Amino acid sequence: MMALEHIVLQQGAFRLEEINLEIPSGEYAVLMGKTGCGKTTLLELFCGLRKAISGRVLLRGEDVTHLPPGARRIGYVPQDHVLFPRMSVAEQLGFAPRIQGWNAKDIKERVQELAERLGIAHLLERRPHFLSGGESQRVALGRALAVRPSILCLDEPLSALDEDTHEDVMHLLKSLQHSENLTLFHITHSRSEAERLATLRLELRDGQITSLETTDAD
Amino acid sequence: MKVYRPKSDLGFFAGLILLGGFYLLMISALLLSLTLRGVFRPGEMLGFLSSPPIRYALALSLGSSALTAVLSVIFAVPIGYFMSRFHFRGKAVVDAILDVPIVLPPMVVGLGLLLFFMTPMGQVIEQHVQVTNAIPSVVLAQLTVAAAFAVRMMRSVFERVDPRLEQVALTLGCSRGQAFFQVILPEVAPGMLAAWSLSWARAIGEFGPVLLFAGATRFRTEVLPSTIYLELAIGNLNGALAVSLLMVLVSLVVLILIRAGGGMGAAVG
Repeated sequence: MMALEHIVLQQGAFRLEEINLEIPSGEYAVLMGKTGCGKTTLLELFCGLRKAISGRVLLRGEDVTHLPPGARRIGYVPQDHVLFPRMSVAEQLGFAPRIQGWNAKDIKERVQELAERLGIAHLLERRPHFLSGGESQRVALGRALAVRPSILCLDEPLSALDEDTHEDVMHLLKSLQHSENLTLFHITHSRSEAERLATLRLELRDGQITSLETTDAD
Repeated sequence: MKVYRPKSDLGFFAGLILLGGFYLLMISALLLSLTLRGVFRPGEMLGFLSSPPIRYALALSLGSSALTAVLSVIFAVPIGYFMSRFHFRGKAVVDAILDVPIVLPPMVVGLGLLLFFMTPMGQVIEQHVQVTNAIPSVVLAQLTVAAAFAVRMMRSVFERVDPRLEQVALTLGCSRGQAFFQVILPEVAPGMLAAWSLSWARAIGEFGPVLLFAGATRFRTEVLPSTIYLELAIGNLNGALAVSLLMVLVSLVVLILIRAGGGMGAAVG
């Protein structure tokens, strides 16, 4: 479960008041909204990259409001993927396990497992500069999932992809939801993307989450 | 219908070549006039350069400017990072203070250092480390100016690094320090080399603050720019020319080596 309770936050002149949101475990939640309405701000709030003026952030039923990002056990895929420019694909996938103290053998196994699962095993030695949009999206997903978080936050994951890759990544996201047993929080401005992927559709409008509806997307 | 044709680019390129060419010509003329006079007196030049005081001044210049450049980068990395990433009350004032050594006349920097070491705090430092009229005073005079340039460069280098790299690293389990050392520092390594070379270039040519604060005592605080000044003061034009040519040569070699290593280009690319 992931939830926001009575959140108030401000960023310059932009302000969100009294935001409440609850996403049950295992859901694929997609938050829609126009550009600049505060979607990314809410996602960053879950990830611990932004602080609220008041209110609570809950993950897996635990209050994580004051926990740093690294202690929240959450996978984060930013818009444009933001891969580490000087690291190979293998290094990107092994980054979080290495930081979190895994031993070399476990890191190697996890990197291999992820690379095969995401179809990027042939790219392990490449640098981000030499990857296509779809390939770097897969690497970013692998990097976020390396330490097996139960929650994955995706910021406009499909916006920079061409039509074919768009379709591939959509299938990949749905299959990862099941295979990695994930709760997903995906933000987008695309209604069709939300309709295709979401089991829980949310809309942020005029500073409030105004509509909630559940679908059977699969 | 009349077919539209853009105006000719000839004027644009002529302007570029004319302005750029004039500046290039100016530098070339300067280097040529130094070199031409020098090459006709090779024996005299080499004889002067091999004298012990000049060899000492060369060693002190190279050593102190290299050390100054390293110290400049050591100061510039944290300051540049902090100023590029954090917003706080009074930032504009801190920013202005950091730029003071860039805009102040070099002599004023030297005078400031001299007066500081006359204050009780300066005297306390002197009781522990002899700074004035010794090698540390040369490094300190160079550092005060050179570090400001390194700070400015490192700040712009950090500003070019996407802050989201750090955010991603934080969500992957890094502390702030780990994110900095594991992700950000490798990104700015070429910029650090460029900052080093900029500070080095600034330090090796520093004259005003060094003369005023450290003096120009032979076998003690005399650096190559001071030698040029002293030789000119006693009317030894050839001596000043020999040292000038040596400085041109050393500067060119170091800057070419750094460019070949990708320092400057990578920092701004």
